[in-house]
Amino acid sequence: MAKVTVDGIEVEVPNGSNVLQACEAAGKEVPRFCYHERLSVAGNCRMCLVEIEKAPPKPFASCAYPVADGMVVHTDSEMVRKARRGVMEFLLINHPLDCPICDQGGECDLQDQAVGYGGDHSRYAENKRAVKDKNLGPLVKTVMTRCIHCTRCIRFSTEIAGVSEMGATARGESMEVGTYVEKALTSELSGNLIDICPVGALTSKPYAFVARPWELKKTDSVDVLDAVGASIRVDARGGEVLRILPRLNEDVNEEWLADKSRFAVDGLKRRRLDSCWVRRDGKLAPATWPEAFAAIAAKLAGLDGGRIGAIAGDLCDAESMAALKDLMGALGSANLDCRQDGAALDASRRDFYCFNTSIAGIEEADALLIVGANPRREAPLVNARIRKRGLAGAFPVAAIGTPADLTYPVTWLGDSPAALAEPAVRDMLKAAKRPMMIVGQGALARADGAAVLAACWALAAECGLLGAEWHGFNVLHTAASRVGALDLGFLPGPGGRDLAGMMGGGVDVLWLLGADEFDTSRIGADTFVVYQGHHGDRGAARADVILPGAAYTEKQGTYVNTEGRVQRGALAVYPPGDAREDWTIIRAFAGSIGKVLGYDDLPALRARLEQANPVFARPDILPRFGCGDLTGPAGGGAPGSAAFVSPVANYYQTDPISRASPTMAECTAAHHPAAALAAE
Amino acid sequence: MADTTPQAEPAHFAFDDESNAAIAKILARYPAGKQASAVLPLLDLAQRQMGRQTGSAWVPRVAMDEIARVLAMAPIRVYEVATFYLMFNTAPVGKFHLQVCTTTPCWLRGSDEVVAACRKATGIAGWKETSADGLFTMTEVECLGGCVNAPILQVNDDFYEDMDGPRTEALLAALKRGEVPQPGSMSGRQASAPEGGPTTLTSLTFTPAE
Repeated sequence: MAKVTVDGIEVEVPNGSNVLQACEAAGKEVPRFCYHERLSVAGNCRMCLVEIEKAPPKPFASCAYPVADGMVVHTDSEMVRKARRGVMEFLLINHPLDCPICDQGGECDLQDQAVGYGGDHSRYAENKRAVKDKNLGPLVKTVMTRCIHCTRCIRFSTEIAGVSEMGATARGESMEVGTYVEKALTSELSGNLIDICPVGALTSKPYAFVARPWELKKTDSVDVLDAVGASIRVDARGGEVLRILPRLNEDVNEEWLADKSRFAVDGLKRRRLDSCWVRRDGKLAPATWPEAFAAIAAKLAGLDGGRIGAIAGDLCDAESMAALKDLMGALGSANLDCRQDGAALDASRRDFYCFNTSIAGIEEADALLIVGANPRREAPLVNARIRKRGLAGAFPVAAIGTPADLTYPVTWLGDSPAALAEPAVRDMLKAAKRPMMIVGQGALARADGAAVLAACWALAAECGLLGAEWHGFNVLHTAASRVGALDLGFLPGPGGRDLAGMMGGGVDVLWLLGADEFDTSRIGADTFVVYQGHHGDRGAARADVILPGAAYTEKQGTYVNTEGRVQRGALAVYPPGDAREDWTIIRAFAGSIGKVLGYDDLPALRARLEQANPVFARPDILPRFGCGDLTGPAGGGAPGSAAFVSPVANYYQTDPISRASPTMAECTAAHHPAAALAAE
Repeated sequence: MADTTPQAEPAHFAFDDESNAAIAKILARYPAGKQASAVLPLLDLAQRQMGRQTGSAWVPRVAMDEIARVLAMAPIRVYEVATFYLMFNTAPVGKFHLQVCTTTPCWLRGSDEVVAACRKATGIAGWKETSADGLFTMTEVECLGGCVNAPILQVNDDFYEDMDGPRTEALLAALKRGEVPQPGSMSGRQASAPEGGPTTLTSLTFTPAE
């Protein structure tokens, strides 16, 4: 530790810290443009100048100057103020005065710091430099004349996103930041460039000229478009969600957000179900709530519970799933399923289906085996964390599945379950002290899924992944609702049918709670389908009665991410039209047919959740634990020889919200031309 | 800077045998895993090979991509280096690349006349332009480090020193005829020795040692 005095405040910081960090520790704000905590130090904006006593009499760039014991730093002396004013004047020589038409206005570092260090007029009469705008694809808008060459975007794309596509070409006055060759950025994290750009050079293309930050109502919530459960901030104006930004959460997403979670937001106001619909004479007709409830009640009347079934979709909150399970229980049905993809998940123990190492725990691991997953497409933020660990060194990564560019070096050992027996796998895992394994849905959602799961667990047990202090067995989910549904036991009860059993006339009434990700043509022709959800997608197209529900930005929902972390989403705007929060729909329907669920408000329902599974009692906290019991999942049979295929073929369209989003459609066209053509 | 006209950009670039032999020698200079250090010599090789093959010594983007492939680095990192150094031409140039130094010492010694003579002899209007016959491209460069023999006109790799208007025109006319005049001072002096003979120590007489 080094003792540093900053403006008379004495702080202790670790050796190797830089002066800027020492200033922060002392609570002194140091202006900066190029320095970013999570990126390498560039030291090229020169805004963070400070004065250091007993050092050469010149201002020092605090971000690039290491601390020394006994150092005395001044962040607000006359020399510092003068130096920073000089730097600001230089930065503004070529920066356009277009703040009134700049989307960064109101949340611009340059604007803010110009208030502190800018002059009241410019001493330069020369023409400003103009730079051609670059086309970085459908997500990031560029106005390169505003660029101050901090190189944060270059460092982000190279270091965090792992795609070396941004660079600074030419030099001096002619220097330009861009890709040199016009191309859309091939990263799933490109939206973060918008956040880290300190000026308005990189802004959001879909959000261009939409709103000013001070007009927005900000609501802290949690993302559901993949199973990572990133912390987000939902910015809304009136009844409309305008944008979604990441929120700092070191345990999950750090400060990043994947593109789908950020940009699919325009899907929230398209193809929405905003009133009830009932199928009459083969055609869906608008209806009122009582009419819709009556139509369902008429079908249910006198029906045996065994002929009724429910399937929970990928975006459901735990509250609505608990309510639906209780309703099915009251109707005498054990036909429940949440595994639309048919994944052979074993819910008998929680660590059989969770990401036990935890996302932050990846940084403690020292070897990784990926089985049947493409984390880059299935969970870009988990992939970024793996890459971060890989950059720290001594982290061999092997994978079994279809070879793909995961942005870090991977040894591909084969594409089928047979590769689990490769000696190289055992050698790598056994040589490590804290090895981990990620099993994807591509390995489980197949006929031999249970056998693959058992084989993976057996390998984990054999190679020391399951210790008393370290749990290296991880299941990577793709659906935000899945772990919550498994925690609640939204699975076939005793004698109940699973999803496959409910198809082809297995049940007479089928309640789809936002379930769109399975082939609805498999549902029997005579099955009466109730679709409760927020988007007119596959499920609604097959429905006989449609109950309009709320999307994740429109309800107080509890979600459990792939780690098993319980998180609470919040209501940012109200659902459109007649749509209601999902659990209230189920509660109201239960009331209309005289069934008592036992809760009338959210606290009572949440108490019910805790009663169903104690994990719901501790939101946001994820206790780490080792593995006390090496007994594996049931398994059954031997793994087949078919190759593992990732369930996410097109990252940009995986759920009803992203399929309704024009921005995601543009991304699909840019990155998966074949998929975009097929959709038309 | 990145303005490479589509018709000029070749569809394909591959190092020929001569370059490949040189690449093998260059790569041997760097430790394993550090071969990206060879990006500068390889860009130079590519530019020379283009000069040999097409008569225009420049580095097309496909060549930079090929270098990125050979050195296992991201293409953008090669683009950055190639565009940073003005010695790499990222657009086609004429057979003779006239690089006129106009930095202060050359300018004081009459580089304006050299520029004017270049314009007159080649018909080129401005910087970075190529003459109609495709022989000459004129580029303004910063100090070439030959101030003592200013002004300097660099043609491809060779320095022609002590230039003025008539000497420039004579040089360009010779180049057009296909001759390559001897590089160096055009005033007849030896290297950068004083013009017209020694100016110091003139009173000393040396007797040859017995």
